[in-house]
Amino acid sequence: MTARQRICYALLMNAPTPSLNWEAGDTSRIPFAVYTDATLHAKEMQRFFYENHWCYVGLEAEVPNPGDFKRTKIGERSVVLVRDHDQTLHVVENVCAHRGMQFCRERHGHIKEFVCPYHQWSYTLKGDLQGVPMRRGVRQDGKVNGGMPADFALADHSLNKLRVACRGGVVFATFDHDMPSLEDYMGPTILGYFDRVFNGRQLTLLGYNRQRIPGNWKLMQENIKDPYHPGLLHTWFVTFGLWRADNKAELRMDAHGRHAAMISTRGNAGKAGEVAQVSSFKQSMTLHDASFLDIVPEPWWGGPTAVMTTLFPSLVIQQQVNSVSTRHIQPDGHDAFDFIWTHFGFADDTPEMTERRLRQSNLFGPAGFVSADDGEVIEFSQQGFEQKPRHRALVEMGGRDTAETDHMVSEACIRAMYAYWRQVMERP
Amino acid sequence: MTAELNIQDYIAVQQLYADYGLTLDRGDFDHWPDFFTDDCRYLVQPRDNHDRGLPLATIMLTSKGMLLDRVYGIKETLFHDPYYQRHVIGAPVIREREADTWRCEASYAVFRTKRDQLSTVFNVGRSLDTLQRTADGWRFASRLCVYDSEMVPNSIIYPV
Repeated sequence: MTARQRICYALLMNAPTPSLNWEAGDTSRIPFAVYTDATLHAKEMQRFFYENHWCYVGLEAEVPNPGDFKRTKIGERSVVLVRDHDQTLHVVENVCAHRGMQFCRERHGHIKEFVCPYHQWSYTLKGDLQGVPMRRGVRQDGKVNGGMPADFALADHSLNKLRVACRGGVVFATFDHDMPSLEDYMGPTILGYFDRVFNGRQLTLLGYNRQRIPGNWKLMQENIKDPYHPGLLHTWFVTFGLWRADNKAELRMDAHGRHAAMISTRGNAGKAGEVAQVSSFKQSMTLHDASFLDIVPEPWWGGPTAVMTTLFPSLVIQQQVNSVSTRHIQPDGHDAFDFIWTHFGFADDTPEMTERRLRQSNLFGPAGFVSADDGEVIEFSQQGFEQKPRHRALVEMGGRDTAETDHMVSEACIRAMYAYWRQVMERP
Repeated sequence: MTAELNIQDYIAVQQLYADYGLTLDRGDFDHWPDFFTDDCRYLVQPRDNHDRGLPLATIMLTSKGMLLDRVYGIKETLFHDPYYQRHVIGAPVIREREADTWRCEASYAVFRTKRDQLSTVFNVGRSLDTLQRTADGWRFASRLCVYDSEMVPNSIIYPV
C-alpha cells in the first residue's frame, strides 16, 4: 500500500460504509462489496484486528534469548515482539512516542534497548521511555538553552504496549486491553485442536516463506474453511492419494463461527477416481521419488492425518501429515495481503523427521504442489469481484446453515464466518 | 585449485548456464532434469533463511526423480496463470575447482511476463552450484538458488 493509500484508509476509518445486499437474507450469498470496498476494509481493520481479537505475532522459538526481537504486523500496523532481560515477552507498536517514526527496521535481531535513530529517544524492552537527549537543555555561555518543558515526564511517553498472551510456545497480542483471555477467545473446541499441536513441547524454527497475494485477506480464511475445493483444485493431492472427498472428516467451529478446524483422516475406500471427479485425474500415476510422501504417523496426531485450523482473523495453523506451520495473514489494503509461513518442528524430532518435514514442505508455501494454486485462485477471484462489485458469491454447498458437519462436502464454515462478520460489522 | 584451468571446460560450463536459462525460458521443462546428475539437489531458498542458517527452502528437491515429479506438477496438476520467464544469468565465478567438480556462484535475475501484462522483475538472487563432469558433459550435482526477492509475487511455479 502506498503512503497516499494509507492516508485515505485513515480517513475512511470513520466514513460511512455502504449498505450491503445479503440477497438470501442469510450468508449463503456474499456480496462482492465485502472484498472491494475500502471503507469496509478500514472498518474491518479496526473491529477485527485492533479491538476485541487476539492476533498472531510469532513463536517463542523465534525470540529464544533476552534481547531477541522480531518485527511483524497486526493487521496493517507494524509491531515488535521482544524478549526482555527478565525473559518476559512484550509486544510494542513500532512507532516512536516522539515524532512517530517506525524506528525498528530490521526484521529480527538482538538489542539491549529500543532506540529511535531520529532523535535517539530510547526505550526499555518493556516499551518504557528511559532517555531523551537534551531533555534538560544544553548549557552554553552560562545559560541553559532549550530542553523539554518542566512538566515533561518520561512515564507519560512509553511506546504503545500491547497485551500479550502465550500458549504452547505461540505468541498472540492485542491492542485491546479489555478483551477476554486467549483461551476464552478460542473457545474449548478450537483450543483442543490448538493444544493438539502446541502441547508444551519445545518448538524448533525451520524457516519462512513469504508471498504477497493480490486478493482480499478474508479469501485466505475462506480458503482454509472450504473443504469443497482441495479435492478439485489441488489435483496433486488427489493424484497422489493425500486428499479424497470421501475421507473421514469433520468441520468444527467455535461458538461464534469465526474460528474453524477441518479435520480429516486418509482412507482408501472405493476407487479414488469416482470420488475425485477431476478431469485430469490419473489413477495409475505414481511419483518418481516417493519421499515427498514419506509419511510417518506421529502419536500426537491422535487419529486425524490433517487438521487445518483457522483462528480469525490473522492465523492458519497447518498440520498436514508431517508438515506443520503457522501462516500469518497481514492485510495490505482491501485487495492484497502478505502471507507469511513459519515452518517448525519439535525439539525431540530425529534428524530424519526434520528432513521429512522439510521435504513435505514442497507441498506447501508459494511454490507448493497444493498451495501455489490457492494463491492463484485468490488473485483471480479478486479480479472477478472488482469487475462486478454489485454482484455476489454463492456459498450453498451442504445447505444454507452454519452448523458443524461430519463430512467435507460443505461450505458451512464460510457461511458461519460471515454470520460472525455481520454481527461485528453491522453493529452501529 | 589443482590443475591449470582448461579454457574448454570454462566455455563448457558457461554454455551449461546459458543453455539452462534458455531451456527454461522456452518452457521446455521436460529437458530441465537433463541438466542435473541423478543424485542431484535442487533448492530455491529465501535469502533470509539461508543467511540465518534456517533449513527451509521454498522448493527442495533431493533427487532427479523429484525434479521429474516437479515437472509433472507444473504440467499436469498445478493450476496457475500462464507466464513467460526470462533468465539473465551473470558469468559464474569459480569458487573451488577440482578436476571433475567445480563449485560456482552466479547472480541471476528472472523476469516474468504474464499474458496481456507488462514484464516485471520476478525473482533475483544468486545460485551456489556444484558442477560435475560426467560422460555426457558438465551437469549440476547441486543447485541452490538463494533469492533476494523474499516477498514472492504470489507464486513460483516454474524452476529458476
